[in-house]
Order: sequence, then C-alpha cells, then structure tokens
Amino acid sequence: MTRIVVVGHGPSAYRLVESLRGFTGSITILGEEPRPAYDRVALTSYLAGKSAEDLTYPVPQGVTLRLGSRVTGIDRAARTVTTADGEISAYDVLVLATGSAPFVPPVPGRELPGCFVYRTIDDLDAIAAAAATATAGIVVGGGLLGLEAADALRGLGLDTHVVEMSPWLMPRQVDEGGGAVLRDHVERLGLTVHAGAGVTEIAGPDRVTGLLKPDGELIPAQIVVFSAGIRPRDELARASGLAVGERGGIVVDEGMRTSDPSIYAIGECALAGGQIYGLVGPCFTMAEVAADRIKGGVASFHGADLSTKLKLLGVAVAQFGQMSGALDVTYMDPVAGVYKRLFVSDDATTLLGGICVGDAAPYDTLRPFVGKPLPGAPSDLLFTGGGLTLDLPDDAQVCSCNNVRAGTVRAAVLDQGITDVPGLKACTRAGSTCGSCVPLLKQILVKSGVPVSKALCEHFTQSRAELFEIAQVRGIATFTRLIEEHGTGRGCDICKPAVASILASLHNAHVLDGEHAALQDTNDHFLANIQKNGTYSVVPRIPGGEITPDKLIVIGEVARDFGLYTKITGGQRIDLFGARVEQLPLIWRRLVDAGFESGHAYGKALRTVKSCVGSTWCRYGVQDSAALAILLETRYRGLRSPHKLKSAVSGCARECAEARSKDFGVIATENGWNLYVCGNGGFKPRHADLLVSDVDTATLIRTIDRFLMFYVRTADRLQRTSAWLEALDGGLDHLRDVIVNDSLGLCADLDAQIERHVAGYFDEWRATLDDPDKLRRFTSFVNAPGVPDPSIAFVTERDQIRPVGVSS
Amino acid sequence: MSVCGYADLMPERGACALVGAEQVAVFRTFDGRLYATGNRDPYSGAYVLSRGIVGTREGEPTVASPMHKQVFSLVTGACLDDPATFIPIFPIRVTSGMVEVSVL
Ligand code: SRM
Ligand SMILES: Cc1cc2nc3c(=O)[nH]c(=O)nc-3n(C[C@H](O)[C@H](O)[C@H](O)COP(=O)(O)OP(=O)(O)OC[C@H]3O[C@@H](n4cnc5c(N)ncnc54)[C@H](O)[C@@H]3O)c2cc1C
Ligand code: SF4
Ligand code: FES
Repeated sequence: MTRIVVVGHGPSAYRLVESLRGFTGSITILGEEPRPAYDRVALTSYLAGKSAEDLTYPVPQGVTLRLGSRVTGIDRAARTVTTADGEISAYDVLVLATGSAPFVPPVPGRELPGCFVYRTIDDLDAIAAAAATATAGIVVGGGLLGLEAADALRGLGLDTHVVEMSPWLMPRQVDEGGGAVLRDHVERLGLTVHAGAGVTEIAGPDRVTGLLKPDGELIPAQIVVFSAGIRPRDELARASGLAVGERGGIVVDEGMRTSDPSIYAIGECALAGGQIYGLVGPCFTMAEVAADRIKGGVASFHGADLSTKLKLLGVAVAQFGQMSGALDVTYMDPVAGVYKRLFVSDDATTLLGGICVGDAAPYDTLRPFVGKPLPGAPSDLLFTGGGLTLDLPDDAQVCSCNNVRAGTVRAAVLDQGITDVPGLKACTRAGSTCGSCVPLLKQILVKSGVPVSKALCEHFTQSRAELFEIAQVRGIATFTRLIEEHGTGRGCDICKPAVASILASLHNAHVLDGEHAALQDTNDHFLANIQKNGTYSVVPRIPGGEITPDKLIVIGEVARDFGLYTKITGGQRIDLFGARVEQLPLIWRRLVDAGFESGHAYGKALRTVKSCVGSTWCRYGVQDSAALAILLETRYRGLRSPHKLKSAVSGCARECAEARSKDFGVIATENGWNLYVCGNGGFKPRHADLLVSDVDTATLIRTIDRFLMFYVRTADRLQRTSAWLEALDGGLDHLRDVIVNDSLGLCADLDAQIERHVAGYFDEWRATLDDPDKLRRFTSFVNAPGVPDPSIAFVTERDQIRPVGVSS
Repeated sequence: MSVCGYADLMPERGACALVGAEQVAVFRTFDGRLYATGNRDPYSGAYVLSRGIVGTREGEPTVASPMHKQVFSLVTGACLDDPATFIPIFPIRVTSGMVEVSVL
C-alpha cells in the first residue's frame, strides 16, 4: 500500500486529498498551523465576524492529520520526514504543499513588537489584539493583499496608511490610469496612500511608534503590517537538495514532480513552467494534477489564467488576460471613478485582455473571450459590458478558481438537470471559491432555458406577487381559503406570514383577528420583537423623531417601573428591552394612555421616517423637513409590506437625515422636494435613485403613495425595495413610467388602495388592549397565568439589565 | 396532568404549560389534533418553541422555532433541517374537554 505524506495543510493540500478520494493508500498530513486547512482567500472575513470554523474546509475522512507539526527535515535516501518534535514518518510518495510566506523587506526595526504579516488566522488574532490599543496602522505594500490588509485595519477602527514603492497601487493588476482611479476610491474610503514611497526605518525604540519614509516624513502608527509580496516556502526542498529556482520556488515538471521522482510539490511553493502562482485557482489545478499522477494518470499543468477580481473596499478592480496589446480602447470617467481598458490584437479581431476599475462588468462578460474573436466592437463592449448577454463558447473558462468551462456548466444544466447556483457549485465546483463567477453561472442557467422557480414554498407554486393578484381579484380574505383553493397542505413559516402580510395590505384588518393570529411570526403575534432570551422589546412610534419632554418622561417612567433596558435606536426613537409576554399589555396600557401608539418595530411595515430639524431651526434648511417626515410617517404607519420600509427627510442637500439610504427618501430643494427611492442600508447598502425632482408636497405624496403600493403588490417575500428595483424589468425608467406616466393604467387603483389604508388605520396596540380575547394570549403559561417564566434572568451592566442564562 | 381546557388552545398555534419544573409546548393543529414537545429551543437555549409557527412539511406537522426558524417535527421531535437534533416529545390527550400531558 502506498504511503503518502503531505507537508503543509493549506488549500492546496486540502484539494489534493479530496482529489485522492478513493485511492487505496495511507495518507498522513503534517501541518504546521494549529488548525486544519481553511479558506485563506476569505481570510479577511474572519475579522468581519466569521469564525475559524466557518472558514475551515471539511476535514477529510480516513487520513491521519497531525496539526501543530512542522516538518524540519527530509531524508530522501531513507524516505522519511522528521517534525520539530522529533516524530518520523516514512513515505513512498511525498507531497510538499508548504505554500508561501509573506516577504518582509530588510528594513531596520522590522522585528519590533507591533510589526505583523497577514497570512494566517493567528496573524489576524495578533493584529486584532494589538489594534485594541492602537489608533493608527500602516500597511507596507499596496498590492492586492496589501489593500486587503489595509481594509482590515480600517475595519478595526484604525487610521490607516498604505505605503507602496511603485508610483501607483496594485501595479501587477492595473496600469497607471487605472491606478489613479483606484487611488481616488481608496482615499475616498479614508485611507491615506503614500505611493512611490519606500521605507527607511520602522521607528521604535521598544515597539512600533511609526514609519520613516526616505523623504524624511514620519508616519506615526502603532501597527505595521508587511505585505510586500510572497516568497515560496522552499526551505525544506533546498536543504534536502531538490532543485529550486534562482529566485525561489521548488522546480516541478508538468506532472508536478520535483527533481526527485517520489516527491511532488504543489501550490504556492511550486515553480511550474518557471513561474510561481499566487492565486488559489492554479494551486487547485496543480493539486488535481498531482493527485491524478499519484493515481497513475497523465494529467499535466500548463500554466493558468492569472485573472483577478478584487472583492473588497467596495471598489471593483479586475484584470484579465494580457495587460498590453497592439491596440487598445480606453474608457475613463474620473467623476464616477470608472476606468476600463481593453487590449486587442493588431487586426482588432481578437481580445487579448483588459483592466477595469470601478466597474467590473467587462470582466464578468468578456474574460471568457480572451484569445477568441471579439464578440462585438471594442468600444461597444466597454460601454455596454454590464447588460451584455453573450453566448459563451463551450471552451470559455467561466470559473478561474476551479478551472471550469462553460461547456461543463451547460452540461450540468442540460444533462444532469441542475437548476440553481447551489446545485452548480456542488456538481461542478464553479462558483464555490471566490464567487466572482456566480453572475456568469446565473446567466448560463437563464440562457439554457431553466425556468427559475418562483414558487413561494412547498405549499404554493405561485410567487408572492401572483398570490397578491389572486387574493385581490378573487376577494380572498383568509389563509384557509387561499390554501384550499390555490395551494396544498397546511402552510409553513414561509407562506403563512407572507400571506398574512398580503391580507393585511389588502384588508387592513387587525393582524390578530380570527385566524390571522395563527399566521403571524412571533413578533407580530405578540406585537413586539423577540430577544435572545425569549423576552420582548417595546418600541413606541415617535414620528420624525420629534418628541415632547412630557412624553419623554413617560417613556422614562415606564422603563424605570418595569425595569427595562433602554436604548436610543438607529431609527431616531427609543427601544425598551426585556419585557416578559405578560408584561407587554401592562406596559402598553401606560404608553397608550400617554398618547403613544405601536411603532411596528416588529412588523414588515413602515418603521421610521427619520428627519433633520430643517428650516425651522437649521441655518441651512430650505424646507420644513421635520413636518414632512411626521406627515409621511403618519400617512404610511401600519402599512404591511413585503419587507420593512424605512424613510427619511432632509431639509437641504447636506442630508443630515441620510435619506438616500432609505426605501424612500426626500431631500428639500429651493423649489420643493426631490424624491429618491430604493435605497438600503443593512447587508447590501445601496444609494437611492432620484425618481422625481423639485415637486410640490402634493405631487410628492401622490408619487410615494403609488411607489409604495406598486412595491407592495409586486415584490417577492422579504424583498427590500432595493432588490426589487434591481430585479424589475426595465428598472427605474419602467418604475417612473408606471407611477408617474401611468403606463399600465394602474394608478387610479394604487391611489384608491392607499386612501383605503390611510382611512382604515387604527393603532394595533390600543385595539388589542380593548379586546379581552386578544389579551388572553399574553401569558407565559396557559395553566399558570401569573407565573413568570423561570428561565429568564438578568444581571446588571452599566446600571441596566442584560440577559443571562441562555445557552445552547 | 391536566393543563387547560381544549377550547383554550387556538387552532394552528401553540401555548406553553408548566408541568412541575418542565416547560411543555402544547400545539393544536388545524385538524384538531394535539401535540406536546419541550418548550426549549435547542439552538438558542431560549424557552420559546410554543410561540413558533405551526405548519406542515411534506405532510408532517411541524413547528418552526421563532428564534432562528429551524423546523421541528411535532410527531418525532426531530429537527427536519438538522436530523441529529431532537426536542423531547410528551404524551398528550383530551379527557372530558381537558388537555392532559405527561412528562414522566
Ligand atoms: C433597535 C435597532 C438597533 C439599535 O439599537 O439602534 C435595530 C434592531 C434590529 N434590527 Fe435593525 N435595528 C435598528 C436600525 C437599523 C438600521 C438603521 C436605520 O433604520 O436607519 C438599519 C440599516 C438601514 C436599512 O434597513 O436599510 C438596520 C438594518 C437591519 C437589517 C438589514 C436589512 C437589510 O435590508 O439588509 C435587519 C435584518 C432584516 O430585517 O432582515 C435588521 C433587524 C433587526 C432586528 C429586528 C433583528 C431581530 O430580528 O431581532 C433587531 C430587533 C429590534 C428590536 O428587538 O427591537 N436591521 N437596522 C434599530 C431600530 C430602529 C427603529 O427605531 O426601528
Ligand atoms: C489575505 C489573503 C487574501 C487572498 N486572496 C486571494 C484571492 O482573492 N484570490 C486568490 O486566488 N488567492 C488569494 N490568496 C492566495 C491564496 O490564499 C493562496 O494562493 C493559497 O492559500 C495557496 O495555498 P497553498 O496550500 O499552496 O499554500 P498555503 O495556503 O500557504 O498553505 C501552506 C500551509 O503549509 C504550512 N507549512 C509550511 N511549511 C511547513 C512545514 N515545514 N511543515 C508543516 N507545515 C508547513 C503552512 O503553515 C500553511 O498552513 C489570498 C491570500 C491571502 C493571505
Ligand atoms: S440636512 Fe440641511 S437642513 Fe437638515 S439639519 Fe442638515 S444642514 Fe440643516
Ligand atoms: S472564479 Fe472564483 S469561484 Fe469561480
């Protein structure tokens, strides 16, 4: 039986072992890091909150994995390797997958505490710990990894500098023009760029205090991260007499064999065809080739695509194919921060490569055409790159991380019946690494005629919009009737709240009336937001964020009397936390008596309309933004919608209310109001688009009425307005056509529906307090109504309660 | 032990009963059947399952945790999204209009 020993457990080793699955031989992996192989490409997401487990690859079955074992020597004659703690393992086949180490330039002070590299989870832990007491950080090196490290420092709250030797950032991926545009983006994010600058010294004396540049400038900082390139870890190979390249790297042939036929080298430590590959895609291919050779196959490695697409800093930077060519076409818009350049052959027929900054659409659509006839006139391709839907040739590479071609993806769709992206990932691996090819995968799915299922869940084949139509046209007012006539089974946690929301938008009945009550999520069911320990929070409506001192005092008294944790929210109002279900009616009795009403923090409904003080107080204000915010919040309160709705009104272009991050936002002008729609904060921020400008208040309200109702009717379940607009055929122009020019003849209907909503509004909490039947559900225990839930406990922190005792 | 009247339970919804020290989630489904499970959500550790949405998955009666939406079978207690995780199931019946559960 063949004994395989693998040195190093990084992505390459992981892929090697996966590809050896089914091979009858023993496999021993000796990895220096204390944890099994993880997705180094996604390293930065660790600082953004992913856990080490999230990043870790599945640990292979049936292999011996020794972690924390650094190999210190190879005895090629005896065919053994020795680890630092003296353990000896014998091999028939040895695979070196030792990767690379960050290069630290030999500058004085590089050993001081406060100097780091950016390669492993341990490095990140150390950086994060040091950042806790630091205010400024410097990254030495402005390449792809350096910018990633800089973004991480920025994310840790440091004032961040990037020092780059070359005259522009990312010199390996972009040219000077692209570099200039990139620099603008990076600086707009608040990073300071020192390009064309070297490092004279890291200033000490006992720990890092700054970085001294050759021009004499001292940048004060407590953290320095070196990201000045990588060096292959070939020290073991060197010491045991294997051939290594002049500038490092273990020399391998096309079958990944080193100068000793029983030793292979793969990944970033290997020098294949005279080149080191610092991207994970080629490393994976090398691993697959080596596995095939070990199994007796003849696979070979002939270089790889070095295209890159940067996925951070919110700036798209992409490069594919060659960075030069006989002819080139450049498109540049410094205001929008976009730079795109395509290189073509001298007869202008073959695409050679391209560079994109600020807009990577050409990368997605054109990369597969490198070396192939141009699919259109170069300038058209640059301008329309985004919306372009080209038919990819079968041999076009779609996923460069996993070397998957369009033909393979198409075959998976047509022959194996795969109908979605997760299916394609599982079956072809495409899209499973950096994810930048996912748009292409979707395009292939659509082009192959896969009907993208719109079914809400297993109980309804219809989409939410279709169910809305059905309920409206047939006058259906209950879930039971809808599912009996148009669905199957008895519903679930997906369709029940969605239908409840549709019925609420259509009929304005109390969400806890009759059988509606059973459809609601726990939040709507108790008209409050559930917290991690099973208690609830209470959010009274404070329209526009404006509140009288008396009402403020009432909130304070209620919070004090019920012992609730009190916090000002990001939505310009106040949240009271830690109420048990049986306390909710008592709390709300007090609030309703003082003139408060439900804030619908629990509902997929209008949340807040934030405001600034506007022309009443502010010396810059041009309209009364607070009054308008209150008017809007009062008009749309209680409107149930596919997802929550947020709004804001600013009194002038300074935009203190952040209206452009809202589902609908209004900014005052000298002549009236500008209305922006479909903005989003949250998970995927999006600036709102200008829908109409300089309109008077009546026109503004009519436009918002129609916008909201059109969204309520046609959006998918849990689709915010931003995602809805992006999926809407025809986009913003179509939206404007429908609600301003009435192109579908819908407006009278939309207007009437909103008027019904406004006329029918009532406060849900007041109605609940008036109805003993609804109040009955507010107990912890059916058989012991007075008993509080004994599992709920609090401790005091910063003079307020916080939950304890919840564990999984 | 008798916990409440059958009529006190809302169709397609749960309620929690305190049986000794045990919190039992009691559900009445659309067809009038009753189910009893533990009230503790094994994922969050909070005692909240009685407040989840009741439904069916491929015909099997279920409750979805209100905390992070994992779906449990009311019949076997298995988490249908993660079959290695279970919640306890208790015997339940109606005797002359009263709902009785046993936690022994
Ligand atoms: C309380 C509050 C945080 C705070 O202490 O300030 C908060 C708390 C919650 N947010 Fe938020 N968000 C709060 C302002 C925001 C804001 C800022 C804003 O509204 O101006 C945002 C970004 C703006 C946006 O939504 O576009 C925000 C983006 C989210 C998101 C992400 C939405 C997205 O489209 O990606 C979620 C998740 C979701 O809704 O699915 C969320 C969900 C939640 C939930 C409901 C999570 C949950 O299910 O338990 C939190 C419970 C609230 C509670 O228990 O009362 N919260 N949340 C803020 C309440 C504002 C209010 O008065 O109503
Ligand atoms: C922050 C960051 C972002 C990146 N982003 C991208 C990206 O967007 N796209 C992309 O394509 N690539 C990216 N990369 C590069 C990618 O991570 C590497 O190409 C990939 O990790 C190479 O895998 P490997 O297994 O060859 O080497 P490594 O990942 O370096 O793994 C080698 C392992 O071997 C261990 N080892 C070394 N010597 C010994 C020894 N003597 N004994 C035992 N164990 C040893 C090391 O500790 C290490 O765990 C990024 C890298 C970093 C650091
Ligand atoms: S947005 Fe304009 S009017 Fe409103 S507070 Fe800011 S500066 Fe003043
Ligand atoms: S290109 Fe990275 S996952 Fe496909």
